[in-house]
Amino acid sequence: MSVESSHTAAPAQPSPATAHVKAGLARRYAAEKRFRLYGIIAIGASLAFLAMLLISIVSKGLPAFSQTFIQLDVPLDIDTLDIDAETAEAVQEGSLPASELRRANYNGAIREALRERFPDVSGRSDRRALYKLVSTGAQYDLARIVMDDPSLLGQRQTLWLPTDDEIGALVKRGADLTQADTLSTRLDDKSIAWAADLDANNEFDVRFNTTFFKNGDSREPELAGIRAALVGSAYTLLITFLLSFPVAVASAIYLEEFAPQNRWTDLVEVNINNLAAVPSIVFGLLGLAVFINFFHLPRSAPVVGGIVLSLMTLPTIIISSRAALKSVPPSIREAARGLGASELQVVFHHVLPLAMPGILTGTIIGLAQALGETAPLLMIGMVAFIVDIPQGITDSATVLPVQVYLWADSPERAFTEKTSAAIMVLLAFLIVMNAVAVMLRKRFERRW
Amino acid sequence: MNDILSPPVSRAGLHEEPTANTVLQEIKATVGTATVENPKMQARNVDVHYGEKQAIFDVSLDIGNNEVVAMIGPSGCGKSTFLRCLNRMNDSIPSCRVSGEMSLDGEDLYGPDLDPVLLRARVGMVFQKPNPFAKSIYDNVAYGPRIHGLAGNRGELDEIVTESLKRAGLFDEVKDRLDAPGTGLSGGQQQRLCIARTIAVSPEVILMDEPCSALDPIATARIEELIDELRQNYAIAIVTHSMQQAARVSQRTAYFHLGKLVEVNDTNSVFTNPQHELTENYITGRFG
Amino acid sequence: MTTTHLLIVATVLAAVSYFAGRARAWSVARENGGIRQLHSLPTHHGALVAIWCFVPALLLVVVWKLAEPVYIGNIVNANVPAELSAGDERQIALYRNDVENLISDGDASQITDDGKRALGERLLAQRSSSSLALTLLALAAALGGAAFAYKRIAAPTRARHSVERVVKFLLVSSASLAILTTLGIVLSVLFESLRFFQQVSFTEFVFGTSWSPQTAIRADQIGSSGSFGAIPLFTGTLLISAIALLVAVPFGLMSAIYLAEYASPRMRNITKPLLEILAGIPTVVYGFFAALTVAPAIREFGSVIGLSVSSESALAAGAVMGIMIIPFVSSLSDDVITAVPQAMRDGSYALGSTKSETVRKVVIPAALPGIVGGVLLAASRAIGETMIVVMAAGLAANITANPLEAVTTVTVQIVTLLTGDQEFDSAKTLAAFALGLMLFVVTLVLNVIALLVVRRYREQYE
Repeated sequence: MSVESSHTAAPAQPSPATAHVKAGLARRYAAEKRFRLYGIIAIGASLAFLAMLLISIVSKGLPAFSQTFIQLDVPLDIDTLDIDAETAEAVQEGSLPASELRRANYNGAIREALRERFPDVSGRSDRRALYKLVSTGAQYDLARIVMDDPSLLGQRQTLWLPTDDEIGALVKRGADLTQADTLSTRLDDKSIAWAADLDANNEFDVRFNTTFFKNGDSREPELAGIRAALVGSAYTLLITFLLSFPVAVASAIYLEEFAPQNRWTDLVEVNINNLAAVPSIVFGLLGLAVFINFFHLPRSAPVVGGIVLSLMTLPTIIISSRAALKSVPPSIREAARGLGASELQVVFHHVLPLAMPGILTGTIIGLAQALGETAPLLMIGMVAFIVDIPQGITDSATVLPVQVYLWADSPERAFTEKTSAAIMVLLAFLIVMNAVAVMLRKRFERRW
Repeated sequence: MNDILSPPVSRAGLHEEPTANTVLQEIKATVGTATVENPKMQARNVDVHYGEKQAIFDVSLDIGNNEVVAMIGPSGCGKSTFLRCLNRMNDSIPSCRVSGEMSLDGEDLYGPDLDPVLLRARVGMVFQKPNPFAKSIYDNVAYGPRIHGLAGNRGELDEIVTESLKRAGLFDEVKDRLDAPGTGLSGGQQQRLCIARTIAVSPEVILMDEPCSALDPIATARIEELIDELRQNYAIAIVTHSMQQAARVSQRTAYFHLGKLVEVNDTNSVFTNPQHELTENYITGRFG
Repeated sequence: MTTTHLLIVATVLAAVSYFAGRARAWSVARENGGIRQLHSLPTHHGALVAIWCFVPALLLVVVWKLAEPVYIGNIVNANVPAELSAGDERQIALYRNDVENLISDGDASQITDDGKRALGERLLAQRSSSSLALTLLALAAALGGAAFAYKRIAAPTRARHSVERVVKFLLVSSASLAILTTLGIVLSVLFESLRFFQQVSFTEFVFGTSWSPQTAIRADQIGSSGSFGAIPLFTGTLLISAIALLVAVPFGLMSAIYLAEYASPRMRNITKPLLEILAGIPTVVYGFFAALTVAPAIREFGSVIGLSVSSESALAAGAVMGIMIIPFVSSLSDDVITAVPQAMRDGSYALGSTKSETVRKVVIPAALPGIVGGVLLAASRAIGETMIVVMAAGLAANITANPLEAVTTVTVQIVTLLTGDQEFDSAKTLAAFALGLMLFVVTLVLNVIALLVVRRYREQYE
């Protein structure tokens, strides 16, 4: 039997309450809209800030990845270089090592080249201004060129040498050097006129800044690089990984698989959760008091930094490893136990391999945190001015974020650029690490 | 069961291969009388889909004033889904689509002008598991009147709260501790609190989704009494697992099977003289 | 042999013992009629032999290395000139350092000072004999242990049980390291703080209102006796943390609400990771940004509207710190909001409430304990945050509630007091540890309360 459609029901006779509800609806929907808007504003503002931060850093830091070079016709005769003829000959013949040429007057050669390029410049102060067009580091580059190929001695060479930072910045920006008064720079008009002349003759060139990746720290912005900090970070992170990974996994296994439900286990758990929220600087104090003052480990060394950071990242890795172990279903354990595996065999043969991707993801995230950490390392003296690349885990070293901190404190404007560039490198590493973690999770994620 | 909480994919039970036992007679059209003289709510040819899967097939049913309509049927038969469509609680499931006609006092429930907020103020709902808010007993009941602005002042609000609690038969038990948290009551008391909360808004229809399934027999008896009293003022639709409950509280009974409305009639005739074989099998306990 | 070499040799020996033990277990198995006759697998027997080889040697090295400095210290004390041995320890240490430097090339015969040469020669002789003895003993222990375990290999030997006991011991010790770390923090900070409070009274430190930690290096220096009243640091920390929370809580909470209740799954999937990026950026980057971009911007804006703003204003540091904490607040709130049962929302919708009414009047009150816990954790993080304030807040110990002025914080002072070369005993450096103690205690209390609140909240809905 089918139902016939009937629309004969009496029209609405709203009850008094319904009328009341209707009256308030407009107001309530306005409130609803406002509330939604607040949410969108909150998210929008947060994301806008993120964008602002990144844009500000990238725009400041990008110029640091390029460097301006000046073309000079450098006389490499032994008189200008102030080398005696015998040494020069001996080196060219190979009977003396090239390092004998280290102490030659390369600066003089560069200055001579500048004087030849601008023969009209006279007077001491003008000349000094002229010399400043070239970076103080250019002499080391020149020295390396000559020592690599001693046969150049006595010839003239057309070489590209790094410029001084101030003029380099103008060229990099593509500023119009003929309009001296429109430029905001500390250079005087004469220097700008020389630069304009060089620019007009294509004697400037902007290239990728290899110095930034090859050098350690320096007082001169155009010579300062992040190599030492990068190596320091690598050593520190290596120690952190070697210490925290096995200990964290072992702790997680114990707490998740073996720990009896008692006070001690409770205490350990509360402890781990608390340690995860202890301010990082307190770990620095621990490192200073225990490892440096009590155990007399070397100050400023990656080994101490690594120990401190591994204590700091332990809770993070333990917590995520436990979550990974917990997500392995009990049926796997029961199956293995049913075949007669011992408790440890169950864990090491079955549970641990299945939980490994999750554990590794947590570890990478913990290490990324350690890579960005600064405060505890200040406490244990990793704030030193490090020019040389550290050779081992007990050498004095600094790390990338501390290098950022040090440069951020420097008054020279060019260091702002370097700081931003170092931050970009740091962020690049963090992005890669997190991307790897996300990939691991996506790739190996299992749904039980 | 609570349809809204279970994701559509897990509703495999709806589409099990029909076995010889369950489908003895093909369900072509609803048996019995789906209409009433004086309908409060009407449903015509309603289909409901969760994504690709169809949960309700061509259901038509009226709910009259001052009557209790019971909806019975085995798990996953779509009775809860149908109920939730009546006050658009299924809106919160993005994959849920409703087609066909449903109306309250002739007003299309899924029409463009209909405001679900207003609809739900008129069509209240009591859930399977008591779900009091994390507030005091008083605030639980006062919540609806407050958001709808039904009380002009504190005195009126007090009166609404007291009246609702009295009508839900809870007042005497809680009158000394109206400030105590609603979550601290016993299960049966919580469910009566939820009923008090629902009637505080003065709805016109009350939908009940297995209101007693989480309760003990004594609490169930109290709720059933309450339902019978409430019938004087409201139209009530109740989904229940228990045939005895349906027989006790309802005037009409609708039997759902695999998303189809198999039979609907006076409660008496459904239980004493079922016309469809499936209904008969169900009430005699051959499956369910 | 140096210790490193010794340990490498021990490792190699352990590896050899493993294979030897395993081979012997196999042969025992063959004699007894198959591997099933053994209680434990050959690999277990091998591992047990390796453990017996490595562990005794390791223990010996550790004990030796702990005892050696004491013994050498005694030699030094017996050989310093008489006038020094009566004096204080520091002079003995200086004297010893001198000698150590002189013999660092392994040769004491060139030392001109007779006393120092004698000590130097004693030390060198002692070191070489000690090194030789340790090498021999350690090797003996390794071989002896391995031989002992090797001989015990037999069918009924329960090697697996022994190996598993050792592994379990390692697991337990790893887990206990967390306790050890906490203990280390408490003891190191407490110990140095007690030394500080011997020089500066506790009440002066906690209630004093003047902070200028410059103690005189020379007695004749003027006006720098140093005062250690930490109130200005506490108020400064509070001011900056309060600003941070004023930024982080509304923004974080509203973001969480929007993402949990309103956003489509697609938007959630995109927005959540983006917000998390804010939490992943190193704090030193925020510090740089605050000092170089935000602070000057605020100052300029202030001067436009006629307000004098310090270039190291609390506002700049606090606001940037607040932005850093936004994802922290939002992800914690998101967790607790999604933990509120859907049934509660349904109950509210069924009464005809709008979404925002449901959120504001039902979901948020239900989630409130969890949210409060999250805010407490955020507060603890703000109080302990270091780099942003070091770079963007000043050193001026002002007591003020004006966010446009410069204030200093506990963490800034710790860093200032401990970077650079300082003598470790001066009140100035010890003060850093006293501040560290305060910081640790306050954050600990906040964390414990927060964790308890959150835990109880979770249990409520589980």
